[in-house]
Amino acid sequence: MNSTTRGFAGRPRAARPGLPPGQYDAGDDWPVLSAEVTPDLAPADWTFRIGGLVTEPRTWDWEQAHALPASAYSGDIHCVTGWSKFGVRFGGVSLDAFLDAVRPLPSATHAVAYAHTGYTTNLPLADLTGGRAWIVWEYDGQPLAPEHGGPARLLVPHLYFWKSAKWIANLELLDHDEPGFWEQNGYHPRGNPWQEQRYSGD
Amino acid sequence: MTETATHTQGGFAPPVRFAVPGRIAVSEQVATRWQTATLTEIRRETARAATFRLAVPDWAGHLPGQHLQLRLTAADGYVAQRHYSIASAPDDSGHIELTLDHVEGGEVSGWFHTVARVGDQVAVRGPLSGFFAWPGDRPALLIGAGSGVVPLMSMVRHHRARGLSVPLRLLVSARSPEELIYARELGPETTPVFTRSAPAGLPVGRLAAAHLAPLLAERPPGGWEAYVCGSNAFAEHASRLLVAAGQPVDRIRIERFG
Repeated sequence: MNSTTRGFAGRPRAARPGLPPGQYDAGDDWPVLSAEVTPDLAPADWTFRIGGLVTEPRTWDWEQAHALPASAYSGDIHCVTGWSKFGVRFGGVSLDAFLDAVRPLPSATHAVAYAHTGYTTNLPLADLTGGRAWIVWEYDGQPLAPEHGGPARLLVPHLYFWKSAKWIANLELLDHDEPGFWEQNGYHPRGNPWQEQRYSGD
Repeated sequence: MTETATHTQGGFAPPVRFAVPGRIAVSEQVATRWQTATLTEIRRETARAATFRLAVPDWAGHLPGQHLQLRLTAADGYVAQRHYSIASAPDDSGHIELTLDHVEGGEVSGWFHTVARVGDQVAVRGPLSGFFAWPGDRPALLIGAGSGVVPLMSMVRHHRARGLSVPLRLLVSARSPEELIYARELGPETTPVFTRSAPAGLPVGRLAAAHLAPLLAERPPGGWEAYVCGSNAFAEHASRLLVAAGQPVDRIRIERFG
């Protein structure tokens, strides 16, 4: 349905080239959208493991992860519920640095990300490599807040933000796609904001 | 009506403790198709909140707790989309109801509260997301604040309409009796909590462990499934109280109004 809504003009707006279709600029707000209870997870208790179709599965603790080369993301993020946030700054380590250490097998095509809460989300491996994904623990130069996924979360900013699993615990590499938590609940398997891949069937 | 989601995961992986309750029978192809909905009634609930009744001829049904996506289109093609919880219980009337707060500066809620009139048309699609849904199959402890009561009211209405015997309790926080949405409809299943002003004889204060204790002590067979809905600050507060009182963390479902 494309007909116009009587009397609706929308709020005053300037052209915003970085805004994907159907999104609005959240400005300074950073809404929290997690379905589960925020876990009490201290950095000392945080670990991150990559397993599945890799040559050498490995687990990093907080210090070992921080010993990898630092990498930052500056740019925008987009939530499937409609808000986008411009010019955010995250600090952490590129996921490439972790993947280089475990050496994915040629058969690995997809991954499932697991949170310490049990939340899951699936991603094509190609969306996690080539400098497009991070494990981050800083936001705007400060430790990432627990409600935003602290001590550490996955960051895949070119996809809708439900893919950027909070409280990241584990990445399991697979030779097939396997729907995660929201994907089993009707969300799109990939979630590209520029193609408005919100729900299964979009 | 529901199917259990399972993970077939080889190798090491953390346990998936976070239960997905099941998916609804509505096909995703139907749920993701935009439809024209016609506004048939507007009812004021409080000074800030009103209920908007919509006729949706091809609505495929929903479960209490689900939401929809709503779209307004300006003459210049500008589109505003929002997600709103469904307030009405599932029925076969071909109608659904939304209860919207008038958000300051809100372009969509502002349109509904200041422009919309019966006969207007908007685009909707859904129902969406099964996680917060309650099919009426298990004891439900509902905890909401402000307009967070909206999806919970769909559950209460469903419970009543179907004459369900499964235990259901609602704990709802509002600033004052005047701001308590659905006040006339709330019954013995409901405990209101007033944070700014209360009727004579009722205490004023924020949701506390003492409010939860008697409800958790009821311990229905199988235990409570807790549904928490409200602002993020409220959701954090209420979910921490629940965990501290012994409610299993994987039996707390949260809908945060960002």
